[in-house]
Amino acid sequence: MTIRGKIWKFGNDVDTDVIIPARYLNTSDVKELASHCMEDADPEFARKIARGDIIAAGSNFGCGSSREHAPIAIKEAGISLVIAESFARIFYRNAFNIGLPILELPQAGGAIAQGDDVEVDIETGSITDHTTGLQYQANPIPPFMRELLTAGGLVPYVASRAARTTRR
Amino acid sequence: MPMTIAEKILAAHSGRDDVKPGELVEADLDFVFANDITGPMAIRVFNKAGGKMVFDPQRVALIPDHFVPNKDIPSAIQAKEIREFARQQKLPHYFEVGRMGIEHVLLPEQGLVLPGDVIIGADSHTCTYGALGAFSTGVGSTDLGAAMVTGTTWFRVPESMRFIFSGKLNRWVSGKDLILYTIGRIGVDGARYRAMEFCGPVIEGMQMSDRFTICNMAIEAGAKVGIIAPDAITESYVKNRARRPYRFFSSDPDARYEATYDWDITQMEPQVACPHSPANVHKVSELKDIAIDQAVIGSCTNGRIEDLRVAAKILRGRKVSSTTRCIILPGSPDVYRQALAEGLLQIFIDAEAAVSTPTCGPCLGGYMGVLAAGERAVSTTNRNFIGRMGHVKSEVYLASPAVAAASAVAGRIAHPDEVL
Ligand code: SF4
Repeated sequence: MTIRGKIWKFGNDVDTDVIIPARYLNTSDVKELASHCMEDADPEFARKIARGDIIAAGSNFGCGSSREHAPIAIKEAGISLVIAESFARIFYRNAFNIGLPILELPQAGGAIAQGDDVEVDIETGSITDHTTGLQYQANPIPPFMRELLTAGGLVPYVASRAARTTRR
Repeated sequence: MPMTIAEKILAAHSGRDDVKPGELVEADLDFVFANDITGPMAIRVFNKAGGKMVFDPQRVALIPDHFVPNKDIPSAIQAKEIREFARQQKLPHYFEVGRMGIEHVLLPEQGLVLPGDVIIGADSHTCTYGALGAFSTGVGSTDLGAAMVTGTTWFRVPESMRFIFSGKLNRWVSGKDLILYTIGRIGVDGARYRAMEFCGPVIEGMQMSDRFTICNMAIEAGAKVGIIAPDAITESYVKNRARRPYRFFSSDPDARYEATYDWDITQMEPQVACPHSPANVHKVSELKDIAIDQAVIGSCTNGRIEDLRVAAKILRGRKVSSTTRCIILPGSPDVYRQALAEGLLQIFIDAEAAVSTPTCGPCLGGYMGVLAAGERAVSTTNRNFIGRMGHVKSEVYLASPAVAAASAVAGRIAHPDEVL
Protein backbone atom coordinates (compact mmCIF):
# COMPACT_ATOMS: atom_id res chain seq x y z
CA MET A 1 0.00 0.00 0.00
CA THR A 2 1.35 3.44 -0.87
CA ILE A 3 0.39 6.63 0.86
CA ARG A 4 1.08 10.14 -0.40
CA GLY A 5 0.46 13.29 1.60
CA LYS A 6 1.70 16.50 3.06
CA ILE A 7 3.95 16.42 6.14
CA TRP A 8 2.94 17.94 9.48
CA LYS A 9 6.02 18.24 11.59
CA PHE A 10 6.41 17.82 15.38
CA GLY A 11 9.40 17.58 17.74
CA ASN A 12 10.58 15.02 20.30
CA ASP A 13 8.50 13.52 23.14
CA VAL A 14 5.06 14.42 21.76
CA ASP A 15 2.95 13.16 24.66
CA THR A 16 -0.57 11.78 24.70
CA ASP A 17 -1.85 14.81 26.64
CA VAL A 18 -0.86 16.92 23.63
CA ILE A 19 -2.32 14.45 21.13
CA ILE A 20 -5.66 14.36 22.93
CA PRO A 21 -5.97 16.36 26.19
CA ALA A 22 -7.60 14.61 29.17
CA ARG A 23 -10.37 17.21 29.29
CA TYR A 24 -11.89 15.49 26.24
CA LEU A 25 -11.62 11.96 27.62
CA ASN A 26 -15.10 12.06 29.08
CA THR A 27 -16.23 10.71 25.72
CA SER A 28 -15.22 7.82 23.46
CA ASP A 29 -16.90 9.43 20.45
CA VAL A 30 -14.25 9.19 17.73
CA LYS A 31 -15.40 12.24 15.73
CA GLU A 32 -15.34 14.37 18.86
CA LEU A 33 -11.87 13.07 19.77
CA ALA A 34 -10.60 13.71 16.23
CA SER A 35 -11.76 17.33 16.33
CA HIS A 36 -9.37 18.00 19.26
CA CYS A 37 -6.37 16.12 17.84
CA MET A 38 -3.04 17.89 18.65
CA GLU A 39 -4.99 20.84 19.99
CA ASP A 40 -2.52 21.83 22.70
CA ALA A 41 0.35 21.92 20.21
CA ASP A 42 -1.61 23.56 17.39
CA PRO A 43 -5.24 24.57 18.07
CA GLU A 44 -6.06 24.60 14.32
CA PHE A 45 -4.48 21.24 13.50
CA ALA A 46 -7.66 19.18 13.01
CA ARG A 47 -9.08 21.81 10.62
CA LYS A 48 -5.90 22.48 8.65
CA ILE A 49 -4.99 18.95 7.64
CA ALA A 50 -6.28 17.13 4.56
CA ARG A 51 -7.30 13.47 4.55
CA GLY A 52 -4.23 11.33 3.90
CA ASP A 53 -1.69 13.76 5.33
CA ILE A 54 1.29 12.41 7.27
CA ILE A 55 2.78 13.30 10.66
CA ALA A 56 6.58 13.28 10.99
CA ALA A 57 8.17 13.66 14.42
CA GLY A 58 11.29 13.11 16.49
CA SER A 59 11.87 10.50 19.15
CA ASN A 60 9.50 8.97 21.75
CA PHE A 61 6.27 9.91 19.92
CA GLY A 62 3.15 9.14 21.98
CA CYS A 63 4.78 9.00 25.40
CA GLY A 64 2.66 9.27 28.52
CA SER A 65 -0.73 7.76 29.09
CA SER A 66 -2.14 4.49 27.73
CA ARG A 67 -5.16 6.26 26.23
CA GLU A 68 -6.01 4.61 22.94
CA HIS A 69 -7.94 7.80 22.28
CA ALA A 70 -4.57 9.18 21.06
CA PRO A 71 -3.95 7.02 17.96
CA ILE A 72 -7.73 6.98 17.35
CA ALA A 73 -7.86 10.80 17.33
CA ILE A 74 -4.96 10.91 14.85
CA LYS A 75 -6.48 8.28 12.58
CA GLU A 76 -9.98 9.73 12.65
CA ALA A 77 -8.67 13.24 12.02
CA GLY A 78 -7.54 11.90 8.64
CA ILE A 79 -3.83 11.30 9.20
CA SER A 80 -2.80 8.24 7.20
CA LEU A 81 0.59 7.53 8.75
CA VAL A 82 2.95 8.65 11.50
CA ILE A 83 6.68 8.55 10.83
CA ALA A 84 8.89 9.11 13.89
CA GLU A 85 12.43 8.41 15.02
CA SER A 86 10.93 6.21 17.73
CA PHE A 87 7.61 5.59 19.46
CA ALA A 88 6.66 5.14 23.12
CA ARG A 89 5.78 1.49 23.65
CA ILE A 90 2.10 1.71 24.60
CA PHE A 91 1.41 4.07 21.71
CA TYR A 92 3.25 1.68 19.38
CA ARG A 93 1.07 -1.25 20.46
CA ASN A 94 -2.12 0.78 20.36
CA ALA A 95 -1.44 2.11 16.86
CA PHE A 96 -1.12 -1.38 15.38
CA ASN A 97 -4.09 -2.62 17.40
CA ILE A 98 -6.41 0.02 15.96
CA GLY A 99 -4.90 -0.05 12.46
CA LEU A 100 -2.99 3.26 12.34
CA PRO A 101 0.17 2.62 10.30
CA ILE A 102 3.37 3.89 11.90
CA LEU A 103 6.97 3.71 10.71
CA GLU A 104 10.26 4.23 12.50
CA LEU A 105 12.76 6.31 10.55
CA PRO A 106 15.95 7.50 12.29
CA GLN A 107 16.05 10.64 10.08
CA ALA A 108 12.36 11.54 10.63
CA GLY A 109 13.08 14.42 13.01
CA GLY A 110 15.80 16.06 10.97
CA ALA A 111 15.51 15.41 7.26
CA ILE A 112 11.80 15.61 6.45
CA ALA A 113 10.39 19.13 6.70
CA GLN A 114 7.01 20.71 7.41
CA GLY A 115 4.91 20.82 4.24
CA ASP A 116 6.99 18.33 2.24
CA ASP A 117 5.12 16.14 -0.23
CA VAL A 118 6.00 12.59 0.76
CA GLU A 119 5.17 9.17 -0.67
CA VAL A 120 5.50 6.00 1.41
CA ASP A 121 5.31 2.31 0.65
CA ILE A 122 4.04 0.89 3.94
CA GLU A 123 5.07 -2.70 3.16
CA THR A 124 8.66 -2.01 2.19
CA GLY A 125 9.12 1.10 4.34
CA SER A 126 10.55 3.02 1.40
CA ILE A 127 9.93 6.76 1.66
CA THR A 128 10.28 9.35 -1.12
CA ASP A 129 10.31 13.05 -0.32
CA HIS A 130 9.12 14.60 -3.60
CA THR A 131 9.86 18.11 -2.33
CA THR A 132 13.56 17.44 -1.79
CA GLY A 133 13.91 14.47 -4.11
CA LEU A 134 15.50 12.43 -1.31
CA GLN A 135 14.79 8.77 -0.54
CA TYR A 136 14.75 7.07 2.87
CA GLN A 137 14.34 3.54 4.18
CA ALA A 138 12.30 3.11 7.38
CA ASN A 139 12.86 0.19 9.77
CA PRO A 140 10.78 -2.74 8.53
CA ILE A 141 7.56 -3.48 10.44
CA PRO A 142 8.23 -6.59 12.61
CA PRO A 143 6.54 -9.75 11.25
CA PHE A 144 4.09 -10.11 14.13
CA MET A 145 2.93 -6.50 13.81
CA ARG A 146 2.50 -7.03 10.07
CA GLU A 147 0.33 -10.05 10.87
CA LEU A 148 -1.84 -7.81 13.05
CA LEU A 149 -2.13 -5.20 10.31
CA THR A 150 -3.04 -7.86 7.75
CA ALA A 151 -5.71 -9.27 10.05
CA GLY A 152 -7.13 -5.75 10.29
CA GLY A 153 -6.01 -5.05 13.86
CA LEU A 154 -6.12 -7.00 17.10
CA VAL A 155 -9.90 -7.43 17.30
CA PRO A 156 -10.31 -9.56 14.17
CA TYR A 157 -7.05 -11.34 15.05
CA VAL A 158 -8.42 -12.34 18.47
CA ALA A 159 -11.91 -13.05 17.14
CA SER A 160 -10.46 -15.56 14.72
CA ARG A 161 -8.68 -17.30 17.57
CA ALA A 162 -11.33 -16.85 20.29
CA ALA A 163 -13.20 -19.94 19.15
CA ARG A 164 -10.27 -22.20 19.93
CA THR A 165 -8.65 -20.24 22.74
CA THR A 166 -9.32 -21.18 26.28
CA ARG A 167 -6.80 -20.75 29.00
CA ARG A 168 -4.28 -23.41 29.65
CA MET B 1 20.50 -19.61 31.30
CA PRO B 2 20.80 -16.77 33.84
CA MET B 3 17.76 -14.48 33.80
CA THR B 4 16.53 -11.25 35.35
CA ILE B 5 13.43 -11.23 37.52
CA ALA B 6 11.38 -9.80 34.63
CA GLU B 7 12.55 -12.56 32.29
CA LYS B 8 11.86 -15.28 34.86
CA ILE B 9 8.29 -14.13 35.45
CA LEU B 10 7.57 -13.98 31.72
CA ALA B 11 9.10 -17.42 31.15
CA ALA B 12 7.02 -18.93 33.96
CA HIS B 13 3.83 -17.49 32.44
CA SER B 14 4.48 -18.58 28.90
CA GLY B 15 5.32 -22.20 29.59
CA ARG B 16 9.01 -21.82 28.78
CA ASP B 17 12.24 -22.65 30.55
CA ASP B 18 13.79 -19.37 29.57
CA VAL B 19 13.23 -16.27 27.49
CA LYS B 20 15.60 -13.76 25.91
CA PRO B 21 15.16 -10.02 25.33
CA GLY B 22 13.57 -9.37 21.95
CA GLU B 23 11.60 -12.62 21.83
CA LEU B 24 7.82 -12.52 21.50
CA VAL B 25 5.94 -14.62 24.04
CA GLU B 26 2.30 -15.28 24.70
CA ALA B 27 1.77 -15.07 28.45
CA ASP B 28 -1.06 -16.09 30.77
CA LEU B 29 -2.36 -13.13 32.72
CA ASP B 30 -3.01 -13.19 36.46
CA PHE B 31 -4.98 -9.98 36.54
CA VAL B 32 -6.42 -7.43 34.09
CA PHE B 33 -8.29 -4.18 34.70
CA ALA B 34 -9.50 -0.91 33.23
CA ASN B 35 -10.85 2.41 34.53
CA ASP B 36 -13.71 4.74 33.60
CA ILE B 37 -11.74 6.27 30.71
CA THR B 38 -10.28 3.14 29.14
CA GLY B 39 -13.01 0.69 30.23
CA PRO B 40 -15.81 1.71 27.85
CA MET B 41 -13.54 1.26 24.81
CA ALA B 42 -12.25 -2.05 26.18
CA ILE B 43 -15.81 -3.31 26.63
CA ARG B 44 -16.61 -2.42 23.02
CA VAL B 45 -13.56 -4.37 21.91
CA PHE B 46 -14.56 -7.31 24.13
CA ASN B 47 -17.96 -7.41 22.44
CA LYS B 48 -16.55 -6.99 18.93
CA ALA B 49 -14.01 -9.74 19.51
CA GLY B 50 -16.89 -12.11 20.23
CA GLY B 51 -16.50 -12.11 24.01
CA LYS B 52 -19.35 -13.69 25.95
CA MET B 53 -18.00 -14.07 29.47
CA VAL B 54 -14.68 -12.77 30.74
CA PHE B 55 -12.00 -15.46 31.02
CA ASP B 56 -12.20 -15.42 34.85
CA PRO B 57 -14.35 -12.92 36.79
CA GLN B 58 -12.01 -13.17 39.81
CA ARG B 59 -9.15 -11.83 37.70
CA VAL B 60 -10.85 -8.83 36.13
CA ALA B 61 -11.41 -5.47 37.82
CA LEU B 62 -13.16 -2.28 36.72
CA ILE B 63 -12.39 0.83 38.70
CA PRO B 64 -14.11 4.16 37.98
CA ASP B 65 -11.49 6.45 39.50
CA HIS B 66 -10.60 9.14 36.96
CA PHE B 67 -13.75 11.25 36.59
CA VAL B 68 -15.86 9.62 39.31
CA PRO B 69 -17.83 10.70 41.39
CA ASN B 70 -19.15 11.74 37.97
CA LYS B 71 -17.82 15.18 37.08
CA ASP B 72 -20.24 15.82 34.22
CA ILE B 73 -22.85 14.11 32.08
CA PRO B 74 -20.49 12.47 29.56
CA SER B 75 -18.42 11.05 32.47
CA ALA B 76 -21.61 9.74 34.04
CA ILE B 77 -22.43 7.94 30.79
CA GLN B 78 -18.96 6.35 30.66
CA ALA B 79 -19.12 5.26 34.31
CA LYS B 80 -22.56 3.76 33.69
CA GLU B 81 -21.17 1.68 30.82
CA ILE B 82 -18.60 -0.03 32.98
CA ARG B 83 -21.00 -0.41 35.92
CA GLU B 84 -23.52 -2.20 33.70
CA PHE B 85 -20.87 -4.43 32.18
CA ALA B 86 -19.64 -5.34 35.68
CA ARG B 87 -23.19 -6.31 36.70
CA GLN B 88 -23.85 -8.26 33.56
CA GLN B 89 -20.55 -10.14 33.90
CA LYS B 90 -21.04 -10.52 37.68
CA LEU B 91 -17.57 -9.09 38.35
CA PRO B 92 -16.80 -9.23 42.08
CA HIS B 93 -14.07 -6.60 41.70
CA TYR B 94 -16.05 -3.63 40.51
CA PHE B 95 -15.49 -0.73 42.90
CA GLU B 96 -18.41 1.65 43.31
CA VAL B 97 -18.10 5.19 44.66
CA GLY B 98 -17.49 4.93 48.40
CA ARG B 99 -15.52 1.72 47.90
CA MET B 100 -13.51 3.11 45.00
CA GLY B 101 -9.90 4.23 45.23
CA ILE B 102 -7.25 5.11 42.67
CA GLU B 103 -6.61 1.81 40.91
CA HIS B 104 -2.88 1.61 41.66
CA VAL B 105 -3.40 2.32 45.35
CA LEU B 106 -6.47 0.11 45.63
CA LEU B 107 -5.49 -3.12 43.87
CA PRO B 108 -2.31 -3.89 45.88
CA GLU B 109 -4.08 -2.89 49.10
CA GLN B 110 -6.91 -5.31 48.29
CA GLY B 111 -4.45 -8.14 47.69
CA LEU B 112 -5.65 -8.53 44.09
CA VAL B 113 -2.25 -8.01 42.44
CA LEU B 114 0.59 -10.07 43.84
CA PRO B 115 4.27 -10.95 43.63
CA GLY B 116 5.19 -13.07 40.61
CA ASP B 117 2.07 -12.05 38.66
CA VAL B 118 1.86 -10.98 35.05
CA ILE B 119 -0.62 -8.11 35.00
CA ILE B 120 -1.90 -5.75 32.34
CA GLY B 121 -4.09 -2.75 32.97
CA ALA B 122 -5.54 -0.20 30.59
CA ASP B 123 -3.63 2.54 32.34
CA SER B 124 0.00 3.48 31.86
CA HIS B 125 0.83 3.47 35.58
CA THR B 126 0.08 -0.25 35.84
CA CYS B 127 3.87 -0.51 36.18
CA THR B 128 3.31 0.41 39.87
CA TYR B 129 2.89 -3.25 40.92
CA GLY B 130 6.47 -4.03 39.97
CA ALA B 131 7.07 -2.88 43.54
CA LEU B 132 5.57 -6.22 44.60
CA GLY B 133 7.88 -8.16 42.31
CA ALA B 134 5.30 -8.55 39.53
CA PHE B 135 5.66 -8.09 35.77
CA SER B 136 3.03 -5.44 35.32
CA THR B 137 2.50 -3.06 32.43
CA GLY B 138 0.05 -0.64 30.89
CA VAL B 139 -1.73 -1.32 27.61
CA GLY B 140 -4.47 0.32 25.57
CA SER B 141 -8.15 -0.53 25.54
CA THR B 142 -7.90 -2.92 22.58
CA ASP B 143 -5.25 -5.08 24.24
CA LEU B 144 -7.26 -5.05 27.45
CA GLY B 145 -10.56 -5.91 25.75
CA ALA B 146 -8.90 -8.80 23.95
CA ALA B 147 -7.27 -10.00 27.18
CA MET B 148 -10.65 -10.01 28.94
CA VAL B 149 -11.68 -12.60 26.34
CA THR B 150 -8.59 -14.81 26.32
CA GLY B 151 -6.78 -14.24 29.63
CA THR B 152 -3.56 -14.01 27.65
CA THR B 153 -1.59 -11.41 25.75
CA TRP B 154 1.64 -11.16 23.79
CA PHE B 155 4.78 -9.42 24.99
CA ARG B 156 8.13 -8.63 23.51
CA VAL B 157 10.59 -9.60 26.25
CA PRO B 158 12.21 -6.32 27.31
CA GLU B 159 15.90 -5.73 27.88
CA SER B 160 16.60 -4.98 31.55
CA MET B 161 18.40 -2.00 33.05
CA ARG B 162 19.57 -2.03 36.65
CA PHE B 163 19.54 0.91 39.06
CA ILE B 164 21.50 0.34 42.26
CA PHE B 165 21.02 2.84 45.08
CA SER B 166 23.39 2.91 48.02
CA GLY B 167 24.29 5.36 50.77
CA LYS B 168 22.15 6.96 53.44
CA LEU B 169 18.91 8.80 52.76
CA ASN B 170 18.71 12.33 54.11
CA ARG B 171 15.68 13.35 56.11
CA TRP B 172 12.86 14.42 53.75
CA VAL B 173 14.32 12.42 50.88
CA SER B 174 11.94 9.69 49.72
CA GLY B 175 11.17 7.24 46.96
CA LYS B 176 9.73 10.14 44.96
CA ASP B 177 13.07 11.94 45.02
CA LEU B 178 14.93 8.82 43.92
CA ILE B 179 12.70 8.26 40.91
CA LEU B 180 12.68 11.95 39.92
CA TYR B 181 16.47 11.93 40.14
CA THR B 182 16.60 8.80 37.99
CA ILE B 183 14.33 10.25 35.29
CA GLY B 184 16.30 13.49 35.39
CA ARG B 185 19.48 11.52 34.76
CA ILE B 186 18.30 9.20 31.97
CA GLY B 187 15.50 11.26 30.36
CA VAL B 188 11.88 10.57 29.45
CA ASP B 189 12.91 7.91 26.96
CA GLY B 190 16.02 6.74 28.79
CA ALA B 191 14.41 3.37 29.54
CA ARG B 192 12.10 3.21 26.53
CA TYR B 193 10.81 -0.35 26.11
CA ARG B 194 13.02 -1.59 28.96
CA ALA B 195 12.48 -3.22 32.33
CA MET B 196 13.90 -0.97 35.06
CA GLU B 197 15.09 -3.03 37.99
CA PHE B 198 15.62 -1.05 41.19
CA CYS B 199 17.90 -2.56 43.82
CA GLY B 200 20.66 -1.94 46.33
CA PRO B 201 20.70 -1.29 50.07
CA VAL B 202 18.55 1.86 49.91
CA ILE B 203 15.74 0.04 48.09
CA GLU B 204 16.06 -2.97 50.39
CA GLY B 205 15.52 -0.69 53.39
CA MET B 206 12.49 1.03 51.90
CA GLN B 207 8.88 0.60 52.96
CA MET B 208 6.36 -0.53 50.36
CA SER B 209 4.84 2.93 49.83
CA ASP B 210 8.18 4.29 48.59
CA ARG B 211 8.69 1.25 46.39
CA PHE B 212 5.27 1.78 44.81
CA THR B 213 6.14 5.42 44.14
CA ILE B 214 9.39 4.45 42.43
CA CYS B 215 7.88 1.77 40.18
CA ASN B 216 4.86 3.98 39.45
CA MET B 217 7.03 6.45 37.57
CA ALA B 218 9.06 3.94 35.53
CA ILE B 219 6.74 4.79 32.64
CA GLU B 220 7.91 8.40 32.87
CA ALA B 221 11.31 7.14 31.70
CA GLY B 222 9.53 5.22 28.91
CA ALA B 223 9.88 1.82 30.61
CA LYS B 224 7.61 -1.16 30.10
CA VAL B 225 7.98 -2.26 33.70
CA GLY B 226 9.65 -1.07 36.88
CA ILE B 227 10.46 -3.93 39.20
CA ILE B 228 11.86 -4.61 42.67
CA ALA B 229 12.75 -8.07 43.95
CA PRO B 230 10.32 -9.08 46.71
CA ASP B 231 11.71 -9.60 50.22
CA ALA B 232 10.60 -9.72 53.86
CA ILE B 233 9.08 -6.22 53.59
CA THR B 234 7.03 -7.35 50.58
CA GLU B 235 6.03 -10.50 52.42
CA SER B 236 4.71 -8.61 55.42
CA TYR B 237 2.73 -6.33 53.09
CA VAL B 238 1.06 -9.10 51.10
CA LYS B 239 0.64 -11.97 53.53
CA ASN B 240 -2.60 -10.78 55.13
CA ARG B 241 -4.00 -9.28 51.94
CA ALA B 242 -3.38 -11.89 49.27
CA ARG B 243 -6.54 -13.46 47.86
CA ARG B 244 -4.64 -16.23 46.10
CA PRO B 245 -1.18 -17.84 46.15
CA TYR B 246 1.80 -15.80 45.05
CA ARG B 247 5.41 -16.46 44.20
CA PHE B 248 8.71 -14.65 44.73
CA PHE B 249 11.17 -14.39 41.85
CA SER B 250 14.59 -12.76 41.86
CA SER B 251 17.31 -12.05 39.32
CA ASP B 252 20.22 -14.42 38.95
CA PRO B 253 23.52 -12.87 40.04
CA ASP B 254 24.91 -13.29 36.52
CA ALA B 255 21.76 -12.09 34.71
CA ARG B 256 22.39 -9.77 31.78
CA TYR B 257 21.60 -6.07 31.91
CA GLU B 258 21.74 -3.64 29.05
CA ALA B 259 22.96 -0.97 31.47
CA THR B 260 23.75 -0.66 35.17
CA TYR B 261 23.66 2.59 37.11
CA ASP B 262 25.18 2.69 40.56
CA TRP B 263 24.33 5.80 42.56
CA ASP B 264 25.30 6.87 46.06
CA ILE B 265 22.44 9.06 47.26
CA THR B 266 23.97 10.23 50.54
CA GLN B 267 24.18 13.86 49.40
CA MET B 268 20.79 13.88 47.72
CA GLU B 269 18.29 16.58 48.62
CA PRO B 270 14.59 16.67 47.67
CA GLN B 271 14.09 16.82 43.90
CA VAL B 272 11.55 18.75 41.83
CA ALA B 273 10.60 18.18 38.18
CA CYS B 274 9.95 21.56 36.59
CA PRO B 275 7.58 22.22 33.66
CA HIS B 276 6.94 20.62 31.26
CA SER B 277 8.81 17.36 31.58
CA PRO B 278 9.31 14.79 34.36
CA ALA B 279 12.97 14.80 33.29
CA ASN B 280 13.44 18.54 33.93
CA VAL B 281 14.62 17.79 37.45
CA HIS B 282 16.32 20.21 39.86
CA LYS B 283 17.26 20.20 43.52
CA VAL B 284 14.64 22.00 45.57
CA SER B 285 17.31 24.46 46.81
CA GLU B 286 17.97 25.59 43.24
CA LEU B 287 14.39 26.80 42.85
CA LYS B 288 14.12 30.23 44.40
CA ASP B 289 10.95 32.25 44.74
CA ILE B 290 8.65 30.17 42.60
CA ALA B 291 5.23 31.22 43.89
CA ILE B 292 2.53 28.57 43.67
CA ASP B 293 -1.24 28.88 43.44
CA GLN B 294 -2.03 25.28 44.31
CA ALA B 295 -0.51 22.27 46.05
CA VAL B 296 -1.89 18.81 45.29
CA ILE B 297 -1.10 15.88 47.56
CA GLY B 298 -2.38 12.51 46.41
CA SER B 299 -2.52 10.33 43.26
CA CYS B 300 -1.34 6.82 42.45
CA THR B 301 2.21 8.07 42.98
CA ASN B 302 1.84 9.55 46.47
CA GLY B 303 -1.69 8.98 47.79
CA ARG B 304 -0.87 6.35 50.41
CA ILE B 305 -1.13 6.67 54.19
CA GLU B 306 2.64 7.06 54.56
CA ASP B 307 2.48 10.04 52.17
CA LEU B 308 -0.31 11.66 54.15
CA ARG B 309 1.62 11.14 57.40
CA VAL B 310 4.57 13.07 55.97
CA ALA B 311 2.27 15.88 54.81
CA ALA B 312 0.61 15.97 58.24
CA LYS B 313 3.96 16.23 60.00
CA ILE B 314 4.55 19.48 58.12
CA LEU B 315 1.01 20.86 58.15
CA ARG B 316 0.37 20.16 61.85
CA GLY B 317 -0.22 23.45 63.64
CA ARG B 318 0.45 25.48 60.48
CA LYS B 319 -1.78 27.10 57.87
CA VAL B 320 -1.74 26.87 54.10
CA SER B 321 -0.49 30.21 52.74
CA SER B 322 -3.24 32.73 52.04
CA THR B 323 -2.12 32.83 48.39
CA THR B 324 -2.30 29.05 47.90
CA ARG B 325 -4.94 26.34 47.78
CA CYS B 326 -3.95 22.92 49.11
CA ILE B 327 -5.92 19.87 47.96
CA ILE B 328 -5.36 16.50 49.58
CA LEU B 329 -6.72 13.31 48.01
CA PRO B 330 -6.38 10.05 49.96
CA GLY B 331 -5.76 7.28 47.43
CA SER B 332 -8.37 4.82 48.67
CA PRO B 333 -11.13 4.38 51.26
CA ASP B 334 -8.70 2.46 53.50
CA VAL B 335 -6.21 5.32 53.31
CA TYR B 336 -9.04 7.77 54.07
CA ARG B 337 -10.24 5.71 57.04
CA GLN B 338 -6.73 5.33 58.41
CA ALA B 339 -6.07 9.06 58.03
CA LEU B 340 -9.28 9.71 59.94
CA ALA B 341 -8.31 7.28 62.70
CA GLU B 342 -4.86 8.84 63.08
CA GLY B 343 -6.23 12.37 63.22
CA LEU B 344 -4.55 13.41 59.97
CA LEU B 345 -7.76 14.73 58.42
CA GLN B 346 -8.23 17.02 61.41
CA ILE B 347 -4.69 18.35 60.92
CA PHE B 348 -5.35 18.99 57.22
CA ILE B 349 -8.65 20.73 57.79
CA ASP B 350 -7.19 22.83 60.62
CA ALA B 351 -4.39 23.79 58.23
CA GLU B 352 -7.16 24.93 55.86
CA ALA B 353 -6.45 22.38 53.19
CA ALA B 354 -9.33 20.82 51.24
CA VAL B 355 -9.67 17.06 51.65
CA SER B 356 -11.33 15.12 48.83
CA THR B 357 -12.82 11.69 48.45
CA PRO B 358 -10.43 9.32 46.62
CA THR B 359 -10.21 10.16 42.89
CA CYS B 360 -7.62 10.96 40.22
CA GLY B 361 -9.32 14.35 39.89
CA PRO B 362 -6.76 17.10 39.33
CA CYS B 363 -3.85 14.78 38.43
CA LEU B 364 -4.96 14.71 34.80
CA GLY B 365 -6.81 18.01 34.81
CA GLY B 366 -10.13 16.27 35.29
CA TYR B 367 -11.79 18.13 38.15
CA MET B 368 -11.26 19.00 41.85
CA GLY B 369 -8.48 21.50 41.13
CA VAL B 370 -8.10 22.36 37.43
CA LEU B 371 -5.63 25.20 36.78
CA ALA B 372 -6.37 28.47 34.97
CA ALA B 373 -4.00 30.10 32.47
CA GLY B 374 -0.94 31.43 34.24
CA GLU B 375 -1.46 29.33 37.38
CA ARG B 376 1.21 27.17 38.90
CA ALA B 377 0.92 24.04 41.02
CA VAL B 378 3.28 21.89 42.99
CA SER B 379 1.98 18.35 42.90
CA THR B 380 2.87 14.88 44.16
CA THR B 381 1.55 13.38 40.90
CA ASN B 382 3.68 11.96 38.10
CA ARG B 383 3.25 14.09 34.97
CA ASN B 384 3.76 17.77 34.26
CA PHE B 385 3.19 17.80 30.51
CA ILE B 386 1.75 20.92 28.90
CA GLY B 387 -1.88 21.26 29.97
CA ARG B 388 -1.76 18.19 32.21
CA MET B 389 -3.56 19.86 35.12
CA GLY B 390 -5.67 22.32 33.16
CA HIS B 391 -5.00 25.25 30.86
CA VAL B 392 -2.13 24.91 28.35
CA LYS B 393 -0.58 27.99 29.92
CA SER B 394 -0.57 26.51 33.44
CA GLU B 395 2.46 24.87 35.05
CA VAL B 396 3.02 21.81 37.23
CA TYR B 397 6.06 21.12 39.42
CA LEU B 398 6.37 17.49 40.55
CA ALA B 399 7.64 16.82 44.06
CA SER B 400 7.33 14.62 47.14
CA PRO B 401 4.56 15.05 49.73
CA ALA B 402 7.09 16.71 52.07
CA VAL B 403 8.01 19.38 49.51
CA ALA B 404 4.38 19.84 48.40
CA ALA B 405 3.20 20.35 51.99
CA ALA B 406 6.07 22.72 52.81
CA SER B 407 5.34 24.66 49.61
CA ALA B 408 1.65 24.90 50.52
CA VAL B 409 2.64 26.58 53.79
CA ALA B 410 5.28 28.84 52.24
CA GLY B 411 3.19 29.78 49.21
CA ARG B 412 6.21 29.06 47.05
CA ILE B 413 8.34 26.02 46.34
CA ALA B 414 10.11 25.29 49.61
CA HIS B 415 12.31 22.74 51.34
CA PRO B 416 10.56 21.24 54.41
CA ASP B 417 13.33 22.58 56.65
CA GLU B 418 12.34 26.13 55.65
CA VAL B 419 8.93 25.88 57.30
CA LEU B 420 9.58 23.48 60.18
S1 SF4 C 1 -3.74 9.39 39.78
FE1 SF4 C 1 -3.14 10.35 37.86
S2 SF4 C 1 -1.53 9.11 36.99
FE2 SF4 C 1 -2.54 7.91 38.61
S3 SF4 C 1 -4.09 6.68 37.54
FE3 SF4 C 1 -5.07 8.57 38.20
S4 SF4 C 1 -4.85 9.99 36.46
FE4 SF4 C 1 -3.42 8.32 36.14
